[in-house]
Amino acid sequence: MKAFLMYKDQDFDLQQPLPPQAPALIQDLELNTLFNAMALGDTFLFEVAKKAILCSTQHDLDTIHYRQHILKDCLKHAALVREIYNLTVEAIDRERRHFLGLLSRYPDAILHRSLEVLQMFVSILKKLRQIADEHAAEFESEGFRRFFAMLDKELSDDYFAIVQQHLKALEFREGVLISARLGRGNKGINYILRKPPEREQNWLERLFAERAPSYSFTIPDRDESGSRTLSDLKGRGINLVANALAQSTDHILSFFAMLRTELAFYIGCLNLYGQLAQRGEPLCFPLPAPHNERRLTCTGLYDVSLALTMEQRVVSNDVQADGKDLIIITGANKGGKSTFLRSIGLAQLMMQCGMFVPAISFCANVCTGVFTHYKRREDVTMRSGKLDEELSRMSNIIDIITPDSLLLLNESFAATNEREGAEIARQIITALLEKRIKVCFVTHLYEFAHSFYNKHMETALFLRADRQADGTRTFKLIEGEPLETSYGEDLYKRIF
Amino acid sequence: MTFHSILFPETEESSRKETAEAPDCFIDLNLDQIVDAITASKQEYDLKPFFYTPLHDLDTILYRHEIMRDLENTALFEHIQAFAQKMRRMREHLAQAEKLYYKYQKERWFLDAVGLYCEAVTALARDLADVDLQSRGLLALRAYVTDYAGSDPFTSLMAETKQLQADLAAIHYCLLIKGSTIRVRKYEAESDYSVDIEETFAKFRQGAVKDYLVKFRSWPEMDHVEAQILELVARLYPDIFSHLDDYYISNAHYLNATIAAFDREIQFYVAYLEHIARFKRAGLSFCYPHVSSTSKEVYAYAAFDLALAHKLLNEKSPVVCNDFSLTGKERIIVVTGPNQGGKTTFARTFGQLHYLASIGCPVPGRQAQLFLFDRLFTHFEKEEDIKDLRSKLEDDLIRLHDILEHATTDSLIILNEILTSTTVNDALFLSKKIMEKIVQLDALSVWVTFIDELSAFSEQTVSMVSTVVPENPALRTYKIVRKPADGLAHAIAIAEKYRLTYHALKERLQA
Repeated sequence: MKAFLMYKDQDFDLQQPLPPQAPALIQDLELNTLFNAMALGDTFLFEVAKKAILCSTQHDLDTIHYRQHILKDCLKHAALVREIYNLTVEAIDRERRHFLGLLSRYPDAILHRSLEVLQMFVSILKKLRQIADEHAAEFESEGFRRFFAMLDKELSDDYFAIVQQHLKALEFREGVLISARLGRGNKGINYILRKPPEREQNWLERLFAERAPSYSFTIPDRDESGSRTLSDLKGRGINLVANALAQSTDHILSFFAMLRTELAFYIGCLNLYGQLAQRGEPLCFPLPAPHNERRLTCTGLYDVSLALTMEQRVVSNDVQADGKDLIIITGANKGGKSTFLRSIGLAQLMMQCGMFVPAISFCANVCTGVFTHYKRREDVTMRSGKLDEELSRMSNIIDIITPDSLLLLNESFAATNEREGAEIARQIITALLEKRIKVCFVTHLYEFAHSFYNKHMETALFLRADRQADGTRTFKLIEGEPLETSYGEDLYKRIF
Repeated sequence: MTFHSILFPETEESSRKETAEAPDCFIDLNLDQIVDAITASKQEYDLKPFFYTPLHDLDTILYRHEIMRDLENTALFEHIQAFAQKMRRMREHLAQAEKLYYKYQKERWFLDAVGLYCEAVTALARDLADVDLQSRGLLALRAYVTDYAGSDPFTSLMAETKQLQADLAAIHYCLLIKGSTIRVRKYEAESDYSVDIEETFAKFRQGAVKDYLVKFRSWPEMDHVEAQILELVARLYPDIFSHLDDYYISNAHYLNATIAAFDREIQFYVAYLEHIARFKRAGLSFCYPHVSSTSKEVYAYAAFDLALAHKLLNEKSPVVCNDFSLTGKERIIVVTGPNQGGKTTFARTFGQLHYLASIGCPVPGRQAQLFLFDRLFTHFEKEEDIKDLRSKLEDDLIRLHDILEHATTDSLIILNEILTSTTVNDALFLSKKIMEKIVQLDALSVWVTFIDELSAFSEQTVSMVSTVVPENPALRTYKIVRKPADGLAHAIAIAEKYRLTYHALKERLQA
């Protein structure tokens, strides 16, 4: 039994490692703000959101669509989905309360605990079945339909009856039947618990069968060592069954755990949706395009991390960058360049993991990896110079970046004089483009930006932070030639 | 040719000589360490008495060389190891049977011990048939084992053993435990319940889960409840168990004495070959020495101290080999030279090679010719014993007197740094007196000394010197070479190395 709510045909692996660039992404795109909004203080939800979003860049369009449909169902039936989620949480919590500890040395105790846990699991599985019975028809997505059909098929009434029979038989009211053979020194070995013949069916047969000889003896009450041997023998006999049963409970537990993990992603989405809708921010399901295309067209794109921290509505941008490999953003300080860059990265990651995105409309090609290279504060350890540090980070990215990745650069290579910085940037960016890597570069390196502008490349887009004639900012980006000053003077004037 | 012993050809009149105590020379030559190391993993065979017994006839030495050479064939060696392994398990089974209380337990361990014995013998006969053998000893053994394994008593013992084992293995019974009552009956094809459980819950299987199987400790003994169950099982299968009773009584003397003796004695070779294999892997050579009881022209090339090499190998340090050669009238090697230069090691090497040759073993070295001595005397400088009222010098002289009293012209005498606890003049005087006696005996000997004069005592003495690296006199080569004693004071070099010279000390003490 599989949940298959994250992928059509595979489990979501919560233990998968984060990609190497994850720490930089978290820092540069302020992802923790997003994760926190999805988690609402629940560490498990946080963990799932983090893994789902950061490990999403290898997904094909099918998976994105698969999740989008499930998410749409979730938005429609939020209460029901939360109820299923809560059932899984309950199963897992209650299982944990049946503590085994040192008793795990006794098959008897293992068996007993497994029976109790199984009883509890069965009651929750029955509730799950009931929800499926009552509401399955209301769900439209392929994922949920498959899930409910599976519950219906696997958890039939007959099945529950068989399980109930086992649970009763394993109380051993009629005694324990164990087979054995003679091992070294004629000691009993290979103790195996046997299923006693079912009486109802066999009584006639047994009546006419020649009675096989049997001999018995009874251990006196005061014989303590004899009783210990007896329970030891019993333990050896039920060892295999206790193991099988304990492993079965573990399997059911991992079913619940898997279901909980996969639903947790959607619960996180529901949480986020609630908060953004409350602020009146628009959300839309994006249109992903294949990775070998170059698409980026959106309206009303905003920075979701900023929106979650601001009281008022935040500035949004419209972009037309279909067919573009390179977007160079220049212009005024404090003009919304960094916010824009972040909003692109966030929307890309959210789209690729099957979420809605913070925009009125959004269409982009999927990419094989998202990377960020942002200017950092001075290295406090003084181990290496600043340019040294920047280039070393760049080199680490080069080690792992693949064609059709997206690289966001924010004021990179500014740690030296402009001419040198520009030359470094030019060489690096040229190489990246030739490697079919999509680049968004916020930069003050005028010489660099302008040299690309002068090439009149079809595949390059130049955006400028807008500044009105009086020096005030709109925080909107407009298309235009890189300008030589970044209006630092403005800023200086405003502050002094 | 009938098989007698794998250690002694049948011509040996006093067959299977063993010595309980280590010879006197063992400690001085570190042979005790060598034999301890060789026999460490073979305690059960009590092999030391063989190593404590030097041989005095060349034929027995050759007899052993032949067997050793045959055993260098890895296929044969592995066959012997497999045989030994089975025989060891057989002994363990017998010991276990001895210790147990309940009859059916004793009988079963005994039965399985005999089973292992039968396997060991048949496998040995089968394995030996396929190997190319050259030695008189192993050829005779092969004939003997083949004959024995095909004999009626043995084949019928084996058939009966196998039948009984199969009968017991086929027993399959059921216990019905209810409350404190146990009912025992034959197994009636009831199904395995755990399979049922696994099938029922298979649909939930997600991936690997924890193993909840409890590890039950098991020991050979039974308690009264298990014994009672076994009694009842015996009642369910009365024929098999009465057969077991009869078997136990009628086969008490199943073990063939010649096979048992071979199992122990062959380990002398196995232990030695296993021990030297390590050194061979490290690139050191062993050879079968040419042993003579008449010629005192002895030599060895690339010889080394087996005890020291063992230590060095453990420390991954290189092993230095040395040569020696005595021709014509030469009998006495006088070793002088810097301290810590390998002189004592050289003396030990000379002694070890001769001793190991005398027990018929290959010796550490590339090529060797050695003398079959009648006795091997050593006198190495010892710590003063505080309880001993005699002075060290007195002690030295008493011991030397003792040696010279018993030594013959065929003896080997190894002296190391004796007579040090007196003045140089005294030492020179006494040493010359002793040297005269050894020269008179014409016995082979090695004498490590600080008295250079001894090295040119007569035409029978040969001077050998421990050497240093010419460019750095503080560095030892541990090579002992044949050249006149040069009396160079190397002590100053060592002092320099430790910065204990006058100038060095002045500098250091300034602070």
